[in-house]
Amino acid sequence: MSLLHVFEFGLKVGHLVWMLCCWIASTISMNWFINGEFKDPKAGILGDSGSKMWFKCWDEISNFSFKIHNQYYQFIGSKRVCKSWWRKLLFSWVIGWTLASVWIFCCISSHATEKRKETLASMCDERARMLQDQFNVSMNHIQAMSILISTFHHGKTPSAIDQRTFARYTERTAFERPLTSGVAYAVRVLHSEREQFERQQGWTIKRMYTLEPSPIQEEYAPVIFAQDIVSHVVSLDMLSGKEDCENVLRARRSGKGVLTAPFRLLKTNRLGVILTFAVYKRDLPSNATPNERIQATDGYLGGVFDIESLVEKLLQQLSSKQTILVNVFDTSNQSYPISMYGSNASTDGLEHVSHLNFGDPFRKHEMRCRFKQKPPWPLLAISTSIGILVIALLVGHIFYATVNRIAKVEDDCHKMMVLKKQAEAADVAKSQFLATVSHEIRTPMNGVLGMLDMLMDTDLDVTQLDYVRTAQASGKALVALINEVLDQAKIESGKLELEEVQFDLRAILDDVLSLFSGKSQDKGVELAVYISDRVPEMLIGDPGRFRQIITNLMGNSIKFTEKGHILVTVHLVEEVIDSIEVETECSSKNTLSGFPVADRRQSWKGFRTFGPEGTMHPFSDRINLIVSVEDTGEGIPPEAQPRVFTPFMQVGPSISRTHGGTGIGLSISKCLVGLMNGEIGFVSIPKVGSTFTFTAVFASGSSSSKEYKSQQINNQSNSVSSEFRGMKALVLDPRPVRAKVSTYHIQRLGIHVEVVSDWKQGLSIINRGNNVIHMVLVEQEVWDRDLNSLGLFITNLEKIGHGTPPKVFLLSNSSNSSRENTATGACDLTIISKPLRASMLAASLQRAMGIGNKGNPHDNNVNLKVAAGALKKYRADVVSATRGMEAIELLTPPHQFDACFMDIQMPEMDGFEATRRIRDVEQNINNRIQFGELSADACNNVSNWHVPILAMTADVIQATHEQCLRCGMDGYVSKPFEAEQLYREVSRFFQ
Amino acid sequence: MDLVQLQRQLVEYRTSLYHEGFLDEQFTQLQELQDENNPDFVVEVVSLFFEDSERLLNELTKALEQQSIDFKRVDAHVHQLKGSSSSIGAQRVQKVCIAFRNYCEEQNVEGCLKCLQQVRHEYSLVKTKLESMFQLEQQILSAGGSIPM
Repeated sequence: MSLLHVFEFGLKVGHLVWMLCCWIASTISMNWFINGEFKDPKAGILGDSGSKMWFKCWDEISNFSFKIHNQYYQFIGSKRVCKSWWRKLLFSWVIGWTLASVWIFCCISSHATEKRKETLASMCDERARMLQDQFNVSMNHIQAMSILISTFHHGKTPSAIDQRTFARYTERTAFERPLTSGVAYAVRVLHSEREQFERQQGWTIKRMYTLEPSPIQEEYAPVIFAQDIVSHVVSLDMLSGKEDCENVLRARRSGKGVLTAPFRLLKTNRLGVILTFAVYKRDLPSNATPNERIQATDGYLGGVFDIESLVEKLLQQLSSKQTILVNVFDTSNQSYPISMYGSNASTDGLEHVSHLNFGDPFRKHEMRCRFKQKPPWPLLAISTSIGILVIALLVGHIFYATVNRIAKVEDDCHKMMVLKKQAEAADVAKSQFLATVSHEIRTPMNGVLGMLDMLMDTDLDVTQLDYVRTAQASGKALVALINEVLDQAKIESGKLELEEVQFDLRAILDDVLSLFSGKSQDKGVELAVYISDRVPEMLIGDPGRFRQIITNLMGNSIKFTEKGHILVTVHLVEEVIDSIEVETECSSKNTLSGFPVADRRQSWKGFRTFGPEGTMHPFSDRINLIVSVEDTGEGIPPEAQPRVFTPFMQVGPSISRTHGGTGIGLSISKCLVGLMNGEIGFVSIPKVGSTFTFTAVFASGSSSSKEYKSQQINNQSNSVSSEFRGMKALVLDPRPVRAKVSTYHIQRLGIHVEVVSDWKQGLSIINRGNNVIHMVLVEQEVWDRDLNSLGLFITNLEKIGHGTPPKVFLLSNSSNSSRENTATGACDLTIISKPLRASMLAASLQRAMGIGNKGNPHDNNVNLKVAAGALKKYRADVVSATRGMEAIELLTPPHQFDACFMDIQMPEMDGFEATRRIRDVEQNINNRIQFGELSADACNNVSNWHVPILAMTADVIQATHEQCLRCGMDGYVSKPFEAEQLYREVSRFFQ
Repeated sequence: MDLVQLQRQLVEYRTSLYHEGFLDEQFTQLQELQDENNPDFVVEVVSLFFEDSERLLNELTKALEQQSIDFKRVDAHVHQLKGSSSSIGAQRVQKVCIAFRNYCEEQNVEGCLKCLQQVRHEYSLVKTKLESMFQLEQQILSAGGSIPM
C-alpha cells in the first residue's frame, strides 16, 4: 500500500513539475511574443508563424499534460484528502520560503557590512601608518638637528653657531621638515650662571606669556636660537611655562622626543604640537639613568608640528579622501580626548580606531575613521530575497492553480460522466421510443391497410371506392413515412450498419427500372439506365441501401418530370476523371430525349474525390462508383437548393400536396452515401432539369466468388444470354446517348451491336454481307419520322435474304398498342417497350426470334407434381388439372379455390388464353350478380369473383410482368420452383 | 453395416452427385418439399421423371429414325425433357437438352443424333446414380435410421 502511495505521490509531483515547466514556458513565450510584438511590429511572417508554432507546441504540450492528468487520475482517488493535504503543503511552502528569503537578506547584508568594516579598517590603518611614518621622519630631522647643535654649539668653543646662522640654516633646511612650522633651541642655564649668561647674550631671561624678566629659579631654559618664523620666542624661559616645563623635564629625563598636548598655534591658529628633544653634553648609553641624563643635559630643541596640515597633506596624497572621514585624537587623557584633526561630525555608524605611535610613550594618539556617506541600501540582498520570495510565491500560486484546476477538472469530469450517462440513457430511451412507436403504429396500420384492401373488394359505389383508395394511399404513405423516419433515426444514432454482401449492380438497376417503368410509361417519360463496361459485374456492398438511394433519386426525378427522360448512368470514378476533358455528352442537343439537361459535371464539382488530393486508392480492391441520375423535370428553384438535403424540407408546401412524399428521402440518401464513403451533389436549372450525382465505394466481387455467382444468378438469364451469344444486331438511332443505352442492354445479352443513324446506312451494312445481321432495332423516333422509307427498308431487308432475313424490332417509348397497327406492314414487327432491361429485352427478342416458347402439346407431369408438392408443403390443398379446359371448368364460379397456378405451356390452350377465358367467365358472372340476375348467395356470397392467377413458367422470357398482367394474371412464379419464391408470391395475395 | 457408416456414405454420395454436376440445388428444393405428410415425395417425382423421360427418349428415337424428320416435334419433346430434368435438378441432362434444341433449330440431323446419344447416356447415368442413392436410403430406413439431410 505504502509503495502505491509513494508511486502516486511521485506521479503527482511529476505532474506538478511538468505543469510548472509548461506554465513557465508558456509565460515566457507569451511575454516574448507580446514584447516582440510591441517592440518590433514588423516582425512579420516569420514572427507570426513562429508564434503559431509556439502556440501549437503549447497546445500539444497542454493536451499531452491533460492526457497524463487524466491517466493518472485513473489511479488516484480520495480527492478530498488530497485537497486538504495540498492546502497544508501550500501554506508551509509559502511560510518556509518567506523565512528563507529573510534569512538570505540578513546573510547578504551582514556580509556587506563586514566587508565595509574591513575596507574601513584597512584604509584607516593605512592612513595611520603613513601618518606615523611621516611624523617619525620629521622627528628624526629634529633629532638630527639636536645632534647638530650639540656638536657645533656645545662641542666647539667658541660656539660655531649663533642665532643668525641657526636661523639661516633652519630656514634653508625647512624643506626637509615640511610639517614643522618652526624650530627653536633653548639652553640650560643654572641660576649660578644666569648673570654671566645674560651678559654674554645681552638680554635678560624672560618669563613666557608675560615677557617679564624671569624671577629667580634654580635653573632656566632660555631660547637662544630660533627659526625666523618663531624668532619671537628667543630669550623666553621654557621652564616658565607650565606645560613646556613638564615637556622639557620629561624630555631630558627620557632622552627621547616628547610631545605636548595639541594647542592652537599663535600665528596660524591651527592645531599643533611641540616636540622637544634634550641635547646632552656627551653621548649617553641607552641605559643611562634619568639622573645621569639630567646632569648631562645641555639644552632643549623644540619643533612645532602642524598636525592638522600634516594629516591634510597625507590624506590628499591618498585617493579615497572623499569616501572616508578621518579624526585624530590625543587620548593621553582617556576621559577627555583632544581632537587634533577633523571635524566633529556625529559619530554614529561605523568607526574604526587605529593607534598612532609618535614615539612618545607618555602621550597616546589615535586615529578614528568613518565613511563619509551612510552605508548604501543593500540592494543586492533586497533584490535577491525579493526575487526568491516572488519565485516561491509564484510556484505556490501554480501549486494552488494546479490543485484547483485538478479539482475543477475532476468535478467537470464527474459532471460529464453523469451527463454522459444521462445522454446515453436518453438516447436509449429515444431509440426505444422510436422502435416502440413505429412498431406500435405499423402493427395497427397493417390492420387498417388490410381492412381497407378487403373493403375495396366489397361492393362499393364510386365515391366510397374513392374514399377507400384515398384512405389506403394515406395509410401506405404513413407506413412509408414511419419507415423512413426510422431509417433516419437509425442513421443519426449511427446504428445503421451496411451489409457486405455480393450483389449484381445491373440486376438491381434493372429491378429499380421495372419498378418505375409503369409510372414512366404512363407519363411518357423515357427511362434509361447505362452502366459502364468497366464496372465489375459483382460488387460487394449493401445492395438494399444502394437500391434505396437509387430509388429515392429516381422517385424524385419521376415525380417532377412530365416530359423528356430520366437517365441513370453508372461509371467508375477513374473513368469519369479520365474522360472529363473529352466529355461532350452534355451538350444540349445530345441528350437521351433531346431535351436540354443540367450539366451533370456541375453536380460533382465540389466532390473531394475530384479535388487535387483526390482519394484514388491505388489498390484495385476498392471500386469507386459514380452514379448520376439526370432528368428533364422542372428543376429545383435556386432559393430551395441549399436545403435540398435537409430532412423534411421541400421546395414549398404545395409540393408535398401535389407530389406527396415526406422530404426525408434525400436526407437519408445523403446519409447512406456518406456511409458508403461517398459524396452526393446536384445541379439543377429550373425548367431544364436536375442532375443528382453520388459516389460510393464498394469492394470488387473477387474472382474466387465466380462460382458463387454462377450458382446464384438464376439459370434462365444465363441460358438466355448464352442463346444469343454471337448474334449481331443493328440499332437504328440518330441519338448517340440513346443508342449507347440500347447498345449497353443488347450487349449484355452477348449480342454484337452496330449503331447507325439512318436506315440507308443500315442497309448498306446489311448489304455488305460479310456479317449476318440477326436483328434490327429501330428507335421509335426514327419510325415516326419516316414511316414510308422504313417500310421500304424492311421490304429491302426481306429481299436481301442471307438465309433468314433479320427481324425488325421497334423500340417504343410507351406501350401504346396503336403503334402495333401502324407498324404491321408487310413484315412481322415486334415492339419492345422501354425502359430497356436485359431480361425483358431478352424475352422480347427470344419470342420474336423463335428461340423459346414453342408450343408444347404435352403437359409435364413432373413439373405438375413438383408444383403440387411445393404448394402442399405450405398446407395448401391442390387440385391439378392438365388441360386449360379442365381449369376453366374448375374455376367457373362458384368454386372453392383461393388461387390458380397456370402453366403457360399447356396442351391445346396456353395459359394466357385460359386465363383470358377464366376472366371472361368471372366478369360475366360478376355482371350478372351486379345486375341481380344471379343472387350472390348462389355464389357463396362472393359478389366480386377474381381468383388470383399466377403464371408458372420455366422461362422468365414468356413471363414478363406486363404480358401476364395484360392477360389478366396477377403475378408469376418461375420454374423450376423455389419453394420460397412460391410462398412469397402466394403470400402476397393472402396477407 | 453400421448405421452411422451408412448415413455417412449417403451424405458423401449425395455430395459427390452435386459435386460432379449430376444434380443441382433444384434437387435440394425437391428434398425440402418432402416431409412427414409426403414421405416418398422425392422418389415419386423421380420415378415420374424416369417414366416420362423413357417415354420421351423412345419417342425421340422414333422421330429421328424417320426419313423426313419433324424437327418441331423433336424440339417439343426435347423441351419437355428439359423442363422435367430441370425440375428435378438433373442438370447434366438439362444441359445436353439445350444443345439438342440448338441442333434442332439448325435442323442438324447428325447433331441431333449425337445429342440423343448423349442425353440417353446422361439419363442412364443419373438414373443409376439416383437409384443407388435411393437404395442407400432404403437401407438406412430399414436399419431404423433417419436420412440425414
